[in-house]
Amino acid sequence: MQRHAIAIKIQDNVATALRRLEKGETAEVGVGDRIVSIVLRDAVEFGHKFALRDIARGDDIVKYGEVIGRATADIPAGAHAHVQNIESLRGRGDLD
Amino acid sequence: MDFMGYRRPDGRVGTRNYVGVLSTVVCANEVADDIARQVDGAVSFTHHQGCCQTPIDIARVTDTLVGLGSNPNLAAVLLVSLGCESTAVDAVVARLRGTGKPVEVIGLQDIGGAARTRAEGVLIVQDMVAQASKLRPEPCGIEHIVLGMKCGSSDTTQGLSATPTIGVASDTIVAAGGISILGEITEFIGAEHIVARHAATPEVAAQILSLVDRMETRAKAVGCDMRGGQPTGGNIKGGLTTIEEKSLGAIAKGGTAPIRAVYEYGQRPDVKGLVVMDSPGREPEILTGLAAAGCNVIVFATGRGAPQGFPFVPVIKLTGNERTWTHLRDHIDMSVAGIIDGTESLPAAGQRLVERILAVASGERTRAEITGYSRAMDIYVTGPVI
Repeated sequence: MQRHAIAIKIQDNVATALRRLEKGETAEVGVGDRIVSIVLRDAVEFGHKFALRDIARGDDIVKYGEVIGRATADIPAGAHAHVQNIESLRGRGDLD
Repeated sequence: MDFMGYRRPDGRVGTRNYVGVLSTVVCANEVADDIARQVDGAVSFTHHQGCCQTPIDIARVTDTLVGLGSNPNLAAVLLVSLGCESTAVDAVVARLRGTGKPVEVIGLQDIGGAARTRAEGVLIVQDMVAQASKLRPEPCGIEHIVLGMKCGSSDTTQGLSATPTIGVASDTIVAAGGISILGEITEFIGAEHIVARHAATPEVAAQILSLVDRMETRAKAVGCDMRGGQPTGGNIKGGLTTIEEKSLGAIAKGGTAPIRAVYEYGQRPDVKGLVVMDSPGREPEILTGLAAAGCNVIVFATGRGAPQGFPFVPVIKLTGNERTWTHLRDHIDMSVAGIIDGTESLPAAGQRLVERILAVASGERTRAEITGYSRAMDIYVTGPVI
């Protein structure tokens, strides 16, 4: 089956779009050897990420099986996950 | 035989055979550029340093010029000085002569202005090119490759395709006895625990973590969230959300080999294998640092399309972004987009990159060389201009 998006590790809670995906579209996401279907709540540009499952504000964002940041808002499954709802935990001179 | 290279008196092997015209201070840049422009076979290196800086940075400038002049891609070196700079010009000359290659120095304040210095410099460099052109490339083993690795203008395709491809090529080169240099310490932030796991010894792991801490502390000292600066605005448009995500993609360039040693910026490795060098991620500073460390080929992964090369080290660009490959063909040497769409395996792409590295080392020209887009250079300093 054609993959529209990819998650690198099984524990990842975000996937990366392999082409522009439209709001309402059902994306087939390659997660390891499996394909998971997710209905998109937002349009997602090529290379951008969306939530694979519901992520609560304050939760870790996981890609490559590693923490890449923290949710600053609830991110429901299928929603665009990017700078508007994820913060970095590093290089934060504003927090010191 | 793995590639055709130029053997230098100190035993190192060049992949190019230029005469280098190196400015010793920002104030001499124009003359260095003018001289190189007037002699076929010469290239200039210019920068913005060498005066009114802390002693630490001045030592960095002096050492970097020695490293650049020692690079085996240069057959001979002309240093162009103003005369009153802080750079230790005499020390640069003495240390460069230790490599056995011809080295001369001229100064504007000594000779009497730009016009006379330019004229004298052109004559010196013409003679240097005449001598250098007598040299013929000889068969050399892959162990003479000193590979610099870089990624820039990154997007989310990179960590899935182009940087792991570089990792495969790096593994091949270090397994054959070559050297591969990983820099861009900013892009270890958030992934340093993984890099440190590849350290050959606990001491090397501690040095890696210390470099990352030093870089992050410097960034945080300005009191703001560094996002927008790292990852850059362009990275964010490409889908990268945080430095942690960017770093996890960037470190894939290192492949799976153990990291043998950690070096300061521009320092030449004294061991074979995969090593780490302190440097920021920005193109002018890291390309210069890799050249100063002795790299004779650089590979550069770019998702969105970074055009930069370097004056005397070939820079091979590869992308995993199909649009960038078709849209920016005059800057990109190789596509690995097949990894993204499932038509090429990572090992096959890695093997293709190794073959390309050896072809370029033998003289095949890169897009950056053909287009002449090769003026991304500066010396990385960490203190204030005073």
